[in-house]
Order: sequence, then structure tokens, then C-alpha cells
Amino acid sequence: MNTRGLRSQLKDSVPVTGMGPQVGAYGVQDTLRSGFSSVKNELLPSHALELSEKNFQLNQDKINFSNLRNIQGLHAPLKLQMEYRAARQIQRLPFLQSSHLALDTLKGNDESISFEGILNDPAQSEMMGEPHVMVEYKLGMM
Amino acid sequence: MALSNVVETPASGFNFENVSRNVALEGLLEGGHTKAPKPMKTGTTIAGVVCKDGVVLGADTRATSGEVVADKMCAKIHYISPNMYCCGAGTAADTEKTTDLLSSNLTIFSMNSGRNPRVVMAVNILQDMLFRYRGQIGASLILGGVDCTGNHLYTVGPYGSIDNVPYLAMGSGDLAALGILEDRFKPNMELEEAKQLVRDAIHSGIMSDLGSGNNIDICVITKQGVDYIRPYQESEYKDKRQRRYKYRPGTTSILTEKIVPLELEVVQETVQRMDTA
Repeated sequence: MNTRGLRSQLKDSVPVTGMGPQVGAYGVQDTLRSGFSSVKNELLPSHALELSEKNFQLNQDKINFSNLRNIQGLHAPLKLQMEYRAARQIQRLPFLQSSHLALDTLKGNDESISFEGILNDPAQSEMMGEPHVMVEYKLGMM
Repeated sequence: MALSNVVETPASGFNFENVSRNVALEGLLEGGHTKAPKPMKTGTTIAGVVCKDGVVLGADTRATSGEVVADKMCAKIHYISPNMYCCGAGTAADTEKTTDLLSSNLTIFSMNSGRNPRVVMAVNILQDMLFRYRGQIGASLILGGVDCTGNHLYTVGPYGSIDNVPYLAMGSGDLAALGILEDRFKPNMELEEAKQLVRDAIHSGIMSDLGSGNNIDICVITKQGVDYIRPYQESEYKDKRQRRYKYRPGTTSILTEKIVPLELEVVQETVQRMDTA
């Protein structure tokens, strides 16, 4: 992989959550939870598609909402985003599997199949998170 | 297995966790001399021609993995919908999966809307998907079909480029096949003439390219239906394998024979009546 090419893009890149060092409480590297830090691993994503795939859904939504705003005015995307926010809250506790049915129907994902539906199905993930830890993380207590 | 450091359920879709490990492994394997195994490519010749009554697609049947022929009877013409078929060149798994996904999406669409999908819709879905993955999915596809707007033939490149043309060849043998097509193609050909032209184009690809070979498959799509001829022409170089390696009785001669009768005596006899109605 040509690392030089990616370095030149770093200046204008959009800051991505989860790519930087994992800060815990007190603003330092959280060694207990995320392991030892390595500058090389955090500076450059290892695969060409990692960054773009992480942000793909967000960017698509941004494009669609901005198009909608230009065509139909401000109220259309506002109302849609309100519905998304409401549908996103219909789920079980963080460590249980939720179907996200309302959210999928709103987004139109119930009528299409992509790699998100085939690969790495969360319902069949091999790792189970510890329930207390996951709920605390969700509520922002961690 | 409960791990306390998993704070969120992993997202579905592609997982890039092992990429840095793989890069490190390749460097470690015998000091960089051994490489990871190559995925099976189709290294192929595929061609398509639009004729008066429909579309004719053709493909060879060889799949290579490095320098070895991995599959001598590989099916490269994939079903998309009752009125559309797609030939795929490039990495074999990528073409299979991409055409499978496309076919599933179009089936859902046609069940929802009650219509047969159009070829432009399939092409747009493919283009969006392949461009999203920036060419990492190595699939060069020729999509041909007949719908309410006419007979169409499209090519989709691995980076998402599309082109709508009356005749086409892709794959490693495309230059040889294109030569034949450029020479003898005429608009609005008859069906038999188009089939012969596609056969000749694939044949020249097989003869001139190492990555193409074995048999020729032809798929004819018309308004009335689809005729998938597999194989249209078999290669002359067939291996004569018996597939039965059992020895016939009497191959080994019998030298001596000794029979020991087992003497049994009846100890108990019970009769149970069965009702057979």
C-alpha cells in the first residue's frame, strides 16, 4: 500500500471518530481498555477503504438531506431526521440484539441487500460484551 | 465468551481488523519470498453482441489460480433476472457475489413493484456498488438483456465505469475477440449469424490467450425467453478419465479355498402376526 499517497490526503481529511488515540477519563490514553498506543496504527488507516466505509452511511445521508433541502425546503429534511431520531430509540438494551425494524423501513434498507446484511452479522457475532460495561458505555458513564 | 473490552456490538459489513496483521504476515513468511495464495481469477474471454431479435452473450469456461487451471468447466454467464444475464471477468468470487447481490436486489424490486427490471436499473446498481468500493472488488462485467425499451448491452468496469455499446469483449482475451467482432459485426444481424460471430470471437480469445480455454458457453436472450447453451462447443482436448477404478472380479487368481460350516441350533422361536391390510 502506498503510504505516501494517504499522507498527502491527511491535511484535508475529515476528522474521524475512533481513528485517534482512545482517550479515557482525564484525557490520556486509556491503556486498560484499549491497549498500548502506537502512533503508526492510529495515524493511517491500514486499508484503503477503511475510512471511506466507516463514514459511508453518514456521507450518504448528508448528501441526501442537503439535496432534499435544496429541492423541497428546510422542513422536509428536518421532519425526516426527527423520524429517524425517534425510530433509532426503539431498541433493546445495548447488549441484546435489536432488529431496528422501524429504522430500516424508514431508510429503505428492508428492500435492498448489500454487504451489510451478509457479512459480519451482529446476531452471529462470536464475542459477547459484558452487559454492565456495555450499558455504562451507552449511558456515557464510562 | 464474554469479553469486557467490547463496549459496542461490532458493526455489520466489512471488517478491517486483520489488514495490518496480514501485511505483517506477508513480510514474515520466509523473509518475504512466500506470498499469500492468490484468489482464483477467471482470466477469461467474454463477448456480447446485440442482434435484431435480442442479445447474444458468450464466454469461455476456464478459471485460473496463478499458473494452474483451477476449474475447466466454470460457469461465467450468471443469471440476473429472467430477462437479463451477465458475463463476469476478473476475480471469480467477486463476480459471483456481485451478480448474486444484484440478482437478489432486482428480485426484491420486481416483487415489490410487479414489473420486470430494466437493464439500466441493473447497470446503475452495479455502478454504485463498484464505485463505492473503489475497484477493490475486481469484477468486470458484461450485462445484456431485453426489456420493454429494447435490447441492451452494457459493460461495467471494476471501478464503476459503464458503457452502452452494440458489441463488446472483456477479459484477458478481449483484444483477440474484439478483432473478430470489429471485422464482422453489422447492425441488426440475424440470430444464427450473431451466435456464429460470438463463437468465433471467443474461439480466437481461447486460441490467443493463456487465461482462456476449454469450452464455449453461449446465452441467447430474446423477448420470448432465454436459451442458455452450455456448452455450445466443447474443446477437442478432452482428457479420457475412466472415473471407475474398481478391479473386475477374477483379477486376482484364487489359490486355495477352505469352507467351514457354522453349526447353529434353534433355541427359541416366536411368531408375531403382522396386520397387512
